[in-house]
Amino acid sequence: MANLKVDFLGKVFKNPVVAASGTFGFGEEYNDIYDVGLLGGISSKGLTLKSKQGNEGIRLWETPMGLMNSIGLQNPGVESFISREINIMKQYKTNVIANLGGNTLDDYLIGVKLLNDSEVDIIELNISCPNVKEGGMAFGIKADIAYNTVKAVREICRKPLMVKLSPNAESIPEMAAACEEAGADALSLINTINAMAIDIYARKSVFNNYYAGLSGPAVKPIALRMVHQSAKAVKIPVCGMGGISSGVDAIEFIMAGASIIQVGTANFVKADSCLDIIKELDEFLDSQGIRDIKEITGII
Amino acid sequence: MMKNDMSKIIENKHICDNIFELVVLSDIVPLPGQFYMIKGLNGDYLLPRPISVHNYQDGKLRLLYRVSGHGTDQISRMKVNDNIQVLGPLGNGFDIALLNGKIAIVGGGIGIAPLLYLMKNIESKKPDVYLGFKDETFCLEGFGPNRNELIVVTEDGNTGHKGYVTDFINVKDYDIVITCGPEIMMEKIIRACLEKNVEVYASMEKRMACGVGACLGCVINTKNGNKRVCKDGPVFNGTDLTV
Repeated sequence: MANLKVDFLGKVFKNPVVAASGTFGFGEEYNDIYDVGLLGGISSKGLTLKSKQGNEGIRLWETPMGLMNSIGLQNPGVESFISREINIMKQYKTNVIANLGGNTLDDYLIGVKLLNDSEVDIIELNISCPNVKEGGMAFGIKADIAYNTVKAVREICRKPLMVKLSPNAESIPEMAAACEEAGADALSLINTINAMAIDIYARKSVFNNYYAGLSGPAVKPIALRMVHQSAKAVKIPVCGMGGISSGVDAIEFIMAGASIIQVGTANFVKADSCLDIIKELDEFLDSQGIRDIKEITGII
Repeated sequence: MMKNDMSKIIENKHICDNIFELVVLSDIVPLPGQFYMIKGLNGDYLLPRPISVHNYQDGKLRLLYRVSGHGTDQISRMKVNDNIQVLGPLGNGFDIALLNGKIAIVGGGIGIAPLLYLMKNIESKKPDVYLGFKDETFCLEGFGPNRNELIVVTEDGNTGHKGYVTDFINVKDYDIVITCGPEIMMEKIIRACLEKNVEVYASMEKRMACGVGACLGCVINTKNGNKRVCKDGPVFNGTDLTV
Protein backbone atom coordinates (compact mmCIF):
# COMPACT_ATOMS: atom_id res chain seq x y z
CA MET A 1 0.00 0.00 0.00
CA ALA A 2 1.84 3.03 -1.28
CA ASN A 3 0.85 6.49 -0.16
CA LEU A 4 -1.51 7.95 -2.76
CA LYS A 5 -2.39 10.97 -0.65
CA VAL A 6 -1.71 14.33 -2.29
CA ASP A 7 -1.87 17.83 -0.88
CA PHE A 8 -3.29 20.01 -3.64
CA LEU A 9 -3.98 23.70 -3.06
CA GLY A 10 -4.10 23.11 0.68
CA LYS A 11 -6.69 20.34 0.36
CA VAL A 12 -6.04 16.72 1.16
CA PHE A 13 -6.80 14.41 -1.77
CA LYS A 14 -6.93 10.82 -0.53
CA ASN A 15 -5.71 9.86 -3.98
CA PRO A 16 -4.95 11.88 -7.12
CA VAL A 17 -7.98 10.66 -9.07
CA VAL A 18 -10.72 13.23 -9.69
CA ALA A 19 -13.88 12.76 -11.77
CA ALA A 20 -13.78 15.29 -14.60
CA SER A 21 -16.29 18.04 -15.14
CA GLY A 22 -19.15 17.23 -17.47
CA THR A 23 -18.75 13.50 -17.22
CA PHE A 24 -19.93 12.93 -13.68
CA GLY A 25 -22.88 15.26 -13.14
CA PHE A 26 -22.80 16.20 -9.47
CA GLY A 27 -21.81 12.69 -8.43
CA GLU A 28 -25.22 11.30 -7.54
CA GLU A 29 -25.74 9.07 -10.57
CA TYR A 30 -22.38 7.40 -10.09
CA ASN A 31 -22.88 7.13 -6.34
CA ASP A 32 -25.69 4.69 -7.15
CA ILE A 33 -23.01 2.46 -8.68
CA TYR A 34 -20.13 2.90 -6.22
CA ASP A 35 -19.09 5.04 -3.27
CA VAL A 36 -17.82 8.20 -4.99
CA GLY A 37 -16.33 9.24 -1.64
CA LEU A 38 -13.45 6.93 -2.57
CA LEU A 39 -12.32 9.47 -5.16
CA GLY A 40 -9.83 12.23 -4.55
CA GLY A 41 -12.40 14.74 -5.78
CA ILE A 42 -15.27 15.48 -8.10
CA SER A 43 -15.40 18.38 -10.52
CA SER A 44 -18.97 19.53 -11.03
CA LYS A 45 -20.79 19.77 -14.32
CA GLY A 46 -19.70 23.06 -15.89
CA LEU A 47 -21.73 25.84 -14.30
CA THR A 48 -22.78 29.15 -15.77
CA LEU A 49 -24.26 32.11 -13.95
CA LYS A 50 -27.72 31.47 -15.41
CA SER A 51 -29.05 28.00 -16.11
CA LYS A 52 -28.58 26.72 -19.65
CA GLN A 53 -30.63 24.31 -21.73
CA GLY A 54 -27.65 23.27 -23.81
CA ASN A 55 -27.45 22.55 -27.50
CA GLU A 56 -30.08 21.21 -29.89
CA GLY A 57 -29.44 18.33 -32.24
CA ILE A 58 -27.01 15.48 -31.87
CA ARG A 59 -24.87 15.87 -28.77
CA LEU A 60 -22.66 12.79 -28.93
CA TRP A 61 -20.64 11.14 -31.67
CA GLU A 62 -18.23 8.28 -31.22
CA THR A 63 -15.00 8.29 -33.21
CA PRO A 64 -12.24 5.68 -33.28
CA MET A 65 -11.34 5.52 -29.57
CA GLY A 66 -12.73 8.97 -29.04
CA LEU A 67 -15.96 10.74 -28.21
CA MET A 68 -17.15 14.04 -29.58
CA ASN A 69 -19.65 16.00 -27.55
CA SER A 70 -21.65 19.14 -28.02
CA ILE A 71 -23.69 19.30 -24.84
CA GLY A 72 -23.49 23.09 -24.67
CA LEU A 73 -23.09 23.45 -20.91
CA GLN A 74 -26.59 22.36 -19.97
CA ASN A 75 -26.58 23.15 -16.25
CA PRO A 76 -28.82 24.46 -13.47
CA GLY A 77 -26.88 27.72 -12.95
CA VAL A 78 -24.65 28.82 -10.07
CA GLU A 79 -27.48 29.80 -7.71
CA SER A 80 -29.22 26.46 -8.02
CA PHE A 81 -25.87 24.75 -7.55
CA ILE A 82 -25.30 26.59 -4.30
CA SER A 83 -28.74 25.85 -2.94
CA ARG A 84 -29.09 22.26 -4.13
CA GLU A 85 -26.38 20.34 -6.01
CA ILE A 86 -23.51 21.36 -3.78
CA ASN A 87 -25.24 19.68 -0.85
CA ILE A 88 -25.38 16.46 -2.81
CA MET A 89 -21.67 16.71 -3.58
CA LYS A 90 -20.67 17.67 -0.04
CA GLN A 91 -22.17 14.51 1.45
CA TYR A 92 -19.62 12.34 -0.37
CA LYS A 93 -16.59 13.11 1.81
CA THR A 94 -14.42 14.10 -1.11
CA ASN A 95 -13.14 17.37 -2.51
CA VAL A 96 -15.78 19.38 -4.30
CA ILE A 97 -14.55 21.33 -7.27
CA ALA A 98 -16.94 23.81 -8.86
CA ASN A 99 -16.31 24.13 -12.58
CA LEU A 100 -17.36 27.61 -13.67
CA GLY A 101 -17.76 28.78 -17.26
CA GLY A 102 -18.90 32.10 -18.66
CA ASN A 103 -19.68 34.12 -21.75
CA THR A 104 -18.49 37.43 -20.35
CA LEU A 105 -16.06 38.57 -17.69
CA ASP A 106 -19.00 39.73 -15.58
CA ASP A 107 -20.46 36.23 -15.67
CA TYR A 108 -17.24 34.87 -14.20
CA LEU A 109 -16.98 37.58 -11.57
CA ILE A 110 -20.55 37.27 -10.31
CA GLY A 111 -20.29 33.50 -10.36
CA VAL A 112 -17.07 33.53 -8.36
CA LYS A 113 -18.55 35.95 -5.83
CA LEU A 114 -21.44 33.55 -5.24
CA LEU A 115 -19.12 30.56 -4.97
CA ASN A 116 -16.85 32.41 -2.53
CA ASP A 117 -19.49 32.00 0.16
CA SER A 118 -20.26 28.39 -0.67
CA GLU A 119 -18.69 25.22 0.62
CA VAL A 120 -16.78 24.37 -2.56
CA ASP A 121 -13.16 23.40 -1.97
CA ILE A 122 -11.73 24.63 -5.27
CA ILE A 123 -12.99 26.69 -8.19
CA GLU A 124 -12.01 25.38 -11.61
CA LEU A 125 -12.33 28.33 -13.96
CA ASN A 126 -13.32 27.00 -17.35
CA ILE A 127 -11.92 29.36 -19.96
CA SER A 128 -12.12 26.70 -22.57
CA CYS A 129 -15.56 25.29 -23.33
CA PRO A 130 -15.70 24.75 -27.09
CA ASN A 131 -19.44 24.21 -27.27
CA VAL A 132 -20.87 27.58 -26.49
CA LYS A 133 -21.25 29.83 -29.50
CA GLU A 134 -20.41 33.21 -28.07
CA GLY A 135 -17.39 33.57 -25.83
CA GLY A 136 -16.49 30.52 -23.80
CA MET A 137 -13.50 29.35 -25.70
CA ALA A 138 -12.37 32.81 -26.77
CA PHE A 139 -11.01 33.30 -23.26
CA GLY A 140 -8.88 30.23 -23.67
CA ILE A 141 -7.28 30.94 -27.04
CA LYS A 142 -5.28 34.10 -26.52
CA ALA A 143 -2.91 34.38 -23.57
CA ASP A 144 -3.51 38.12 -23.04
CA ILE A 145 -7.31 37.69 -22.84
CA ALA A 146 -6.85 34.76 -20.47
CA TYR A 147 -4.45 36.82 -18.36
CA ASN A 148 -6.95 39.68 -17.97
CA THR A 149 -9.77 37.28 -17.13
CA VAL A 150 -7.82 35.31 -14.57
CA LYS A 151 -6.39 38.47 -13.01
CA ALA A 152 -9.83 40.00 -12.55
CA VAL A 153 -11.19 36.77 -11.10
CA ARG A 154 -8.17 36.35 -8.84
CA GLU A 155 -8.75 39.76 -7.29
CA ILE A 156 -12.15 38.74 -5.94
CA CYS A 157 -11.74 34.96 -5.61
CA ARG A 158 -11.34 33.71 -2.04
CA LYS A 159 -11.22 30.03 -2.99
CA PRO A 160 -8.26 28.15 -4.41
CA LEU A 161 -8.38 28.95 -8.10
CA MET A 162 -7.57 26.36 -10.74
CA VAL A 163 -7.75 27.52 -14.35
CA LYS A 164 -8.79 24.95 -16.95
CA LEU A 165 -6.88 25.43 -20.18
CA SER A 166 -8.01 24.71 -23.70
CA PRO A 167 -5.84 22.61 -26.00
CA ASN A 168 -6.96 25.07 -28.65
CA ALA A 169 -4.84 27.83 -27.10
CA GLU A 170 -2.41 29.51 -29.48
CA SER A 171 0.52 28.46 -27.31
CA ILE A 172 0.17 26.17 -24.32
CA PRO A 173 3.38 27.24 -22.52
CA GLU A 174 2.51 30.93 -22.98
CA MET A 175 -1.05 30.34 -21.85
CA ALA A 176 0.10 28.42 -18.78
CA ALA A 177 2.60 31.11 -17.84
CA ALA A 178 0.05 33.89 -18.38
CA CYS A 179 -2.46 32.22 -16.05
CA GLU A 180 0.19 31.67 -13.41
CA GLU A 181 1.27 35.30 -13.62
CA ALA A 182 -2.36 36.42 -13.35
CA GLY A 183 -2.63 34.60 -10.04
CA ALA A 184 -3.95 31.11 -10.75
CA ASP A 185 -3.20 28.67 -7.94
CA ALA A 186 -3.20 25.69 -10.29
CA LEU A 187 -3.86 24.72 -13.89
CA SER A 188 -5.96 21.91 -15.22
CA LEU A 189 -5.77 20.62 -18.77
CA ILE A 190 -6.78 19.63 -21.32
CA ASN A 191 -10.35 20.45 -22.12
CA THR A 192 -11.72 18.79 -25.25
CA ILE A 193 -10.12 19.40 -28.64
CA ASN A 194 -12.22 21.29 -31.17
CA ALA A 195 -13.21 18.76 -33.80
CA MET A 196 -15.72 17.96 -36.53
CA ALA A 197 -17.72 15.11 -38.03
CA ILE A 198 -19.76 15.17 -41.22
CA ASP A 199 -22.83 13.17 -42.15
CA ILE A 200 -21.98 12.55 -45.79
CA TYR A 201 -25.48 11.38 -46.70
CA ALA A 202 -27.21 14.39 -45.20
CA ARG A 203 -24.32 16.52 -46.50
CA LYS A 204 -24.06 18.47 -43.29
CA SER A 205 -22.10 18.63 -40.08
CA VAL A 206 -23.24 16.07 -37.52
CA PHE A 207 -23.44 18.83 -34.92
CA ASN A 208 -25.70 21.87 -35.19
CA ASN A 209 -22.78 23.99 -33.94
CA TYR A 210 -20.56 22.48 -36.66
CA TYR A 211 -17.69 21.77 -34.28
CA ALA A 212 -17.65 19.76 -31.08
CA GLY A 213 -15.17 18.71 -28.40
CA LEU A 214 -13.15 15.52 -28.82
CA SER A 215 -12.14 13.51 -25.75
CA GLY A 216 -11.18 9.96 -24.87
CA PRO A 217 -8.13 7.77 -25.50
CA ALA A 218 -7.70 9.30 -28.98
CA VAL A 219 -6.57 12.61 -27.44
CA LYS A 220 -4.30 11.20 -24.73
CA PRO A 221 -0.90 11.58 -26.37
CA ILE A 222 -1.68 15.20 -27.23
CA ALA A 223 -2.96 15.90 -23.73
CA LEU A 224 0.12 14.32 -22.20
CA ARG A 225 2.41 16.54 -24.27
CA MET A 226 0.46 19.65 -23.26
CA VAL A 227 0.49 18.72 -19.57
CA HIS A 228 4.23 18.23 -19.79
CA GLN A 229 4.70 21.59 -21.51
CA SER A 230 2.54 23.34 -18.91
CA ALA A 231 4.25 21.73 -15.96
CA LYS A 232 7.60 22.85 -17.35
CA ALA A 233 6.34 26.38 -17.92
CA VAL A 234 4.97 27.06 -14.40
CA LYS A 235 5.71 26.52 -10.73
CA ILE A 236 2.07 26.10 -9.67
CA PRO A 237 0.67 22.55 -9.59
CA VAL A 238 -1.00 21.02 -12.60
CA CYS A 239 -4.04 18.77 -12.78
CA GLY A 240 -3.71 16.60 -15.88
CA MET A 241 -6.42 15.06 -17.99
CA GLY A 242 -7.27 13.95 -21.48
CA GLY A 243 -8.14 10.37 -22.33
CA ILE A 244 -6.91 8.79 -19.09
CA SER A 245 -8.39 5.30 -19.00
CA SER A 246 -6.01 3.23 -16.91
CA GLY A 247 -3.50 3.35 -14.10
CA VAL A 248 -0.73 3.37 -16.70
CA ASP A 249 -2.22 6.45 -18.34
CA ALA A 250 -2.51 8.16 -14.97
CA ILE A 251 1.13 7.39 -14.13
CA GLU A 252 2.21 8.87 -17.45
CA PHE A 253 0.43 12.14 -16.64
CA ILE A 254 1.88 12.19 -13.14
CA MET A 255 5.39 11.57 -14.44
CA ALA A 256 4.78 14.34 -16.99
CA GLY A 257 4.11 16.75 -14.14
CA ALA A 258 0.51 16.38 -13.00
CA SER A 259 0.01 16.39 -9.22
CA ILE A 260 -3.53 15.11 -9.60
CA ILE A 261 -5.43 13.82 -12.61
CA GLN A 262 -9.02 13.86 -13.88
CA VAL A 263 -10.88 11.03 -15.51
CA GLY A 264 -13.69 11.88 -17.92
CA THR A 265 -14.71 9.80 -20.90
CA ALA A 266 -13.47 6.62 -19.21
CA ASN A 267 -16.39 6.91 -16.77
CA PHE A 268 -18.68 6.23 -19.72
CA VAL A 269 -16.63 3.35 -21.02
CA LYS A 270 -16.77 1.61 -17.66
CA ALA A 271 -18.77 3.21 -14.88
CA ASP A 272 -16.24 2.49 -12.14
CA SER A 273 -13.11 3.25 -14.17
CA CYS A 274 -11.91 5.69 -11.50
CA LEU A 275 -11.76 2.89 -8.93
CA ASP A 276 -9.82 0.67 -11.34
CA ILE A 277 -7.37 3.50 -11.92
CA ILE A 278 -6.85 4.07 -8.17
CA LYS A 279 -6.21 0.35 -7.71
CA GLU A 280 -3.83 0.19 -10.66
CA LEU A 281 -1.92 3.23 -9.38
CA ASP A 282 -1.44 1.52 -6.06
CA GLU A 283 -0.34 -1.74 -7.69
CA PHE A 284 2.12 0.01 -9.95
CA LEU A 285 3.76 1.89 -7.10
CA ASP A 286 4.02 -1.28 -5.02
CA SER A 287 5.46 -3.23 -7.93
CA GLN A 288 8.12 -0.58 -8.40
CA GLY A 289 8.91 -0.26 -4.71
CA ILE A 290 7.71 3.35 -4.68
CA ARG A 291 6.32 4.36 -1.29
CA ASP A 292 4.80 7.69 -2.17
CA ILE A 293 3.25 8.83 -5.42
CA LYS A 294 4.93 12.21 -5.05
CA GLU A 295 8.26 10.47 -5.69
CA ILE A 296 7.37 10.19 -9.38
CA THR A 297 5.49 13.46 -9.90
CA GLY A 298 7.06 15.47 -12.69
CA ILE A 299 10.16 13.28 -13.05
CA ILE A 300 10.17 13.54 -16.84
CA MET B 1 -29.91 -2.83 -7.05
CA MET B 2 -27.62 -2.56 -10.00
CA LYS B 3 -25.50 -5.10 -11.79
CA ASN B 4 -22.10 -3.73 -12.75
CA ASP B 5 -19.75 -6.51 -13.69
CA MET B 6 -18.39 -8.82 -16.31
CA SER B 7 -20.85 -11.55 -17.23
CA LYS B 8 -20.38 -14.73 -19.21
CA ILE B 9 -22.42 -14.86 -22.39
CA ILE B 10 -24.92 -17.73 -22.26
CA GLU B 11 -26.21 -17.15 -25.79
CA ASN B 12 -25.59 -14.58 -28.51
CA LYS B 13 -28.00 -15.75 -31.14
CA HIS B 14 -28.62 -14.51 -34.66
CA ILE B 15 -32.41 -14.17 -34.91
CA CYS B 16 -32.74 -12.92 -38.47
CA ASP B 17 -31.36 -10.28 -40.81
CA ASN B 18 -29.42 -7.95 -38.46
CA ILE B 19 -31.28 -8.86 -35.27
CA PHE B 20 -29.50 -10.66 -32.42
CA GLU B 21 -30.37 -11.81 -28.91
CA LEU B 22 -27.80 -11.72 -26.13
CA VAL B 23 -28.41 -13.75 -22.97
CA VAL B 24 -26.55 -13.35 -19.68
CA LEU B 25 -27.32 -14.44 -16.13
CA SER B 26 -28.53 -11.89 -13.60
CA ASP B 27 -30.12 -12.10 -10.16
CA ILE B 28 -31.70 -8.71 -10.54
CA VAL B 29 -35.27 -8.62 -11.81
CA PRO B 30 -35.55 -5.65 -14.18
CA LEU B 31 -38.68 -3.62 -14.78
CA PRO B 32 -40.15 -3.85 -18.25
CA GLY B 33 -38.86 -0.94 -20.32
CA GLN B 34 -35.48 -0.82 -18.61
CA PHE B 35 -32.21 -1.33 -20.47
CA TYR B 36 -28.59 -2.31 -19.92
CA MET B 37 -25.34 -0.74 -21.09
CA ILE B 38 -23.41 -3.52 -22.82
CA LYS B 39 -19.82 -3.57 -24.03
CA GLY B 40 -17.77 -6.46 -25.27
CA LEU B 41 -14.07 -6.57 -24.59
CA ASN B 42 -13.42 -7.34 -28.22
CA GLY B 43 -13.04 -4.74 -30.91
CA ASP B 44 -11.93 -1.18 -31.09
CA TYR B 45 -14.93 0.77 -29.97
CA LEU B 46 -15.30 2.91 -26.91
CA LEU B 47 -18.76 3.24 -25.47
CA PRO B 48 -21.15 0.60 -24.15
CA ARG B 49 -24.38 0.32 -26.12
CA PRO B 50 -27.83 0.68 -24.54
CA ILE B 51 -29.85 -2.49 -25.16
CA SER B 52 -33.43 -3.17 -24.05
CA VAL B 53 -34.58 -5.98 -21.83
CA HIS B 54 -36.48 -8.29 -24.17
CA ASN B 55 -37.28 -10.84 -21.53
CA TYR B 56 -36.26 -11.96 -18.08
CA GLN B 57 -37.03 -15.37 -16.68
CA ASP B 58 -35.35 -17.82 -14.30
CA GLY B 59 -32.30 -15.59 -13.87
CA LYS B 60 -31.77 -15.29 -17.61
CA LEU B 61 -31.63 -11.78 -18.97
CA ARG B 62 -32.48 -11.57 -22.66
CA LEU B 63 -31.39 -8.48 -24.55
CA LEU B 64 -32.57 -8.00 -28.12
CA TYR B 65 -30.56 -5.75 -30.41
CA ARG B 66 -30.13 -4.72 -34.00
CA VAL B 67 -26.70 -4.40 -35.53
CA SER B 68 -26.76 -0.81 -36.68
CA GLY B 69 -23.13 0.23 -36.48
CA HIS B 70 -19.65 -0.75 -35.48
CA GLY B 71 -20.32 -1.26 -31.76
CA THR B 72 -23.33 -3.54 -32.12
CA ASP B 73 -21.51 -5.38 -34.91
CA GLN B 74 -18.67 -6.12 -32.50
CA ILE B 75 -21.11 -7.24 -29.81
CA SER B 76 -22.78 -9.59 -32.31
CA ARG B 77 -19.42 -11.29 -32.95
CA MET B 78 -18.98 -12.30 -29.33
CA LYS B 79 -19.21 -15.99 -28.49
CA VAL B 80 -20.78 -18.07 -25.74
CA ASN B 81 -18.61 -17.99 -22.59
CA ASP B 82 -16.96 -14.71 -23.63
CA ASN B 83 -17.08 -12.08 -20.91
CA ILE B 84 -19.17 -9.02 -21.55
CA GLN B 85 -19.50 -5.81 -19.53
CA VAL B 86 -23.03 -5.37 -18.15
CA LEU B 87 -24.39 -2.32 -16.33
CA GLY B 88 -28.04 -2.08 -15.32
CA PRO B 89 -30.93 -2.27 -15.18
CA LEU B 90 -31.13 1.40 -16.10
CA GLY B 91 -33.93 3.88 -16.76
CA ASN B 92 -37.39 4.22 -15.32
CA GLY B 93 -39.24 1.42 -17.12
CA PHE B 94 -42.99 1.13 -17.41
CA ASP B 95 -45.06 1.73 -14.29
CA ILE B 96 -47.25 -1.36 -14.44
CA ALA B 97 -49.58 -0.05 -11.73
CA LEU B 98 -50.65 2.75 -14.08
CA LEU B 99 -51.55 0.38 -16.91
CA ASN B 100 -55.23 -0.42 -16.47
CA GLY B 101 -58.20 -0.74 -18.79
CA LYS B 102 -58.07 -1.70 -22.43
CA ILE B 103 -54.42 -1.62 -23.54
CA ALA B 104 -52.76 -1.61 -26.95
CA ILE B 105 -49.07 -2.29 -27.44
CA VAL B 106 -47.68 -0.91 -30.69
CA GLY B 107 -44.16 -1.83 -31.77
CA GLY B 108 -42.11 -1.32 -34.89
CA GLY B 109 -38.90 -3.06 -35.95
CA ILE B 110 -36.32 -3.42 -33.19
CA GLY B 111 -38.71 -1.28 -31.09
CA ILE B 112 -40.53 -4.50 -30.24
CA ALA B 113 -37.55 -5.36 -27.99
CA PRO B 114 -38.89 -3.95 -24.69
CA LEU B 115 -42.50 -4.79 -25.50
CA LEU B 116 -42.30 -8.56 -25.03
CA TYR B 117 -41.21 -8.30 -21.41
CA LEU B 118 -43.82 -5.59 -20.91
CA MET B 119 -46.53 -7.83 -22.34
CA LYS B 120 -45.49 -10.70 -20.10
CA ASN B 121 -45.91 -8.38 -17.12
CA ILE B 122 -49.39 -7.29 -18.14
CA GLU B 123 -50.66 -10.51 -19.73
CA SER B 124 -53.55 -10.64 -17.31
CA LYS B 125 -54.75 -7.33 -18.73
CA LYS B 126 -55.04 -8.90 -22.18
CA PRO B 127 -53.42 -6.20 -24.25
CA ASP B 128 -53.84 -6.14 -28.03
CA VAL B 129 -50.48 -6.23 -29.75
CA TYR B 130 -49.71 -4.47 -33.04
CA LEU B 131 -46.30 -5.16 -34.53
CA GLY B 132 -44.94 -3.57 -37.70
CA PHE B 133 -41.91 -4.63 -39.72
CA LYS B 134 -40.24 -3.55 -42.94
CA ASP B 135 -40.11 -7.04 -44.45
CA GLU B 136 -38.85 -9.87 -42.27
CA THR B 137 -40.70 -10.41 -38.99
CA PHE B 138 -39.00 -11.62 -35.83
CA CYS B 139 -39.78 -12.75 -32.29
CA LEU B 140 -43.50 -13.00 -32.99
CA GLU B 141 -43.86 -16.33 -31.19
CA GLY B 142 -42.96 -14.72 -27.89
CA PHE B 143 -46.03 -12.55 -27.99
CA GLY B 144 -48.29 -15.62 -27.64
CA PRO B 145 -50.08 -17.57 -26.41
CA ASN B 146 -52.19 -15.60 -23.97
CA ARG B 147 -52.48 -12.57 -26.14
CA ASN B 148 -55.84 -11.13 -26.80
CA GLU B 149 -55.01 -10.29 -30.37
CA LEU B 150 -51.80 -10.01 -32.40
CA ILE B 151 -51.86 -7.86 -35.52
CA VAL B 152 -48.76 -8.15 -37.69
CA VAL B 153 -48.06 -5.66 -40.48
CA THR B 154 -45.22 -5.62 -42.99
CA GLU B 155 -44.47 -2.94 -45.53
CA ASP B 156 -44.27 -5.48 -48.34
CA GLY B 157 -47.16 -7.60 -47.12
CA ASN B 158 -44.92 -10.65 -46.90
CA THR B 159 -46.29 -11.53 -43.48
CA GLY B 160 -49.59 -10.34 -42.06
CA HIS B 161 -51.20 -7.18 -43.35
CA LYS B 162 -49.54 -4.97 -45.94
CA GLY B 163 -48.76 -1.36 -45.03
CA TYR B 164 -47.85 0.49 -41.88
CA VAL B 165 -48.83 -0.60 -38.39
CA THR B 166 -50.17 2.89 -37.71
CA ASP B 167 -52.87 2.30 -40.34
CA PHE B 168 -54.25 -0.72 -38.50
CA ILE B 169 -54.88 0.66 -35.05
CA ASN B 170 -57.77 2.81 -33.99
CA VAL B 171 -56.46 4.34 -30.79
CA LYS B 172 -60.00 5.33 -29.77
CA ASP B 173 -60.65 1.65 -28.99
CA TYR B 174 -58.21 1.82 -26.07
CA ASP B 175 -57.73 3.40 -22.67
CA ILE B 176 -53.94 3.18 -22.89
CA VAL B 177 -51.55 2.84 -25.81
CA ILE B 178 -47.89 1.90 -25.35
CA THR B 179 -45.46 2.35 -28.19
CA CYS B 180 -41.85 1.77 -29.11
CA GLY B 181 -40.33 1.90 -32.57
CA PRO B 182 -39.20 4.26 -35.30
CA GLU B 183 -39.64 7.93 -34.45
CA ILE B 184 -42.11 8.55 -37.25
CA MET B 185 -44.30 5.67 -36.08
CA MET B 186 -44.29 6.80 -32.47
CA GLU B 187 -45.03 10.38 -33.48
CA LYS B 188 -48.11 9.26 -35.40
CA ILE B 189 -49.33 7.12 -32.52
CA ILE B 190 -48.69 9.78 -29.90
CA ARG B 191 -50.37 12.50 -31.96
CA ALA B 192 -53.43 10.31 -32.58
CA CYS B 193 -53.69 9.44 -28.90
CA LEU B 194 -53.34 13.02 -27.72
CA GLU B 195 -56.02 14.13 -30.20
CA LYS B 196 -58.41 11.45 -28.97
CA ASN B 197 -57.52 11.89 -25.31
CA VAL B 198 -56.08 8.41 -25.01
CA GLU B 199 -53.33 7.88 -22.46
CA VAL B 200 -50.08 7.04 -24.25
CA TYR B 201 -46.60 5.98 -23.14
CA ALA B 202 -43.62 5.91 -25.47
CA SER B 203 -40.22 4.33 -24.96
CA MET B 204 -37.63 6.61 -26.56
CA GLU B 205 -34.20 5.99 -28.00
CA LYS B 206 -31.20 8.33 -28.24
CA ARG B 207 -27.45 8.13 -28.57
CA MET B 208 -26.01 7.64 -25.07
CA ALA B 209 -22.59 7.78 -23.50
CA CYS B 210 -22.97 7.17 -19.76
CA GLY B 211 -26.44 5.59 -19.63
CA VAL B 212 -26.89 6.73 -16.04
CA GLY B 213 -27.91 10.40 -16.35
CA ALA B 214 -24.58 12.16 -15.94
CA CYS B 215 -23.40 13.20 -19.39
CA LEU B 216 -26.60 14.85 -20.68
CA GLY B 217 -25.91 13.49 -24.16
CA CYS B 218 -29.34 11.90 -24.62
CA VAL B 219 -31.69 14.68 -23.60
CA ILE B 220 -34.94 15.38 -25.40
CA ASN B 221 -37.06 18.51 -25.22
CA THR B 222 -40.27 17.90 -23.32
CA LYS B 223 -43.04 20.17 -22.15
CA ASN B 224 -41.28 20.13 -18.78
CA GLY B 225 -37.88 21.07 -20.11
CA ASN B 226 -34.94 18.86 -21.04
CA LYS B 227 -35.25 15.25 -19.94
CA ARG B 228 -32.62 12.54 -20.04
CA VAL B 229 -33.79 9.52 -22.01
CA CYS B 230 -31.48 7.25 -20.00
CA LYS B 231 -32.50 8.39 -16.53
CA ASP B 232 -35.83 10.26 -16.68
CA GLY B 233 -36.94 7.83 -19.42
CA PRO B 234 -36.73 5.89 -21.62
CA VAL B 235 -40.49 5.67 -20.97
CA PHE B 236 -42.32 8.99 -21.22
CA ASN B 237 -45.95 9.93 -20.88
CA GLY B 238 -47.13 11.20 -24.26
CA THR B 239 -48.52 14.37 -22.68
CA ASP B 240 -44.94 15.39 -21.78
CA LEU B 241 -43.57 14.87 -25.27
CA THR B 242 -43.40 17.56 -27.92
CA VAL B 243 -44.61 15.93 -31.14
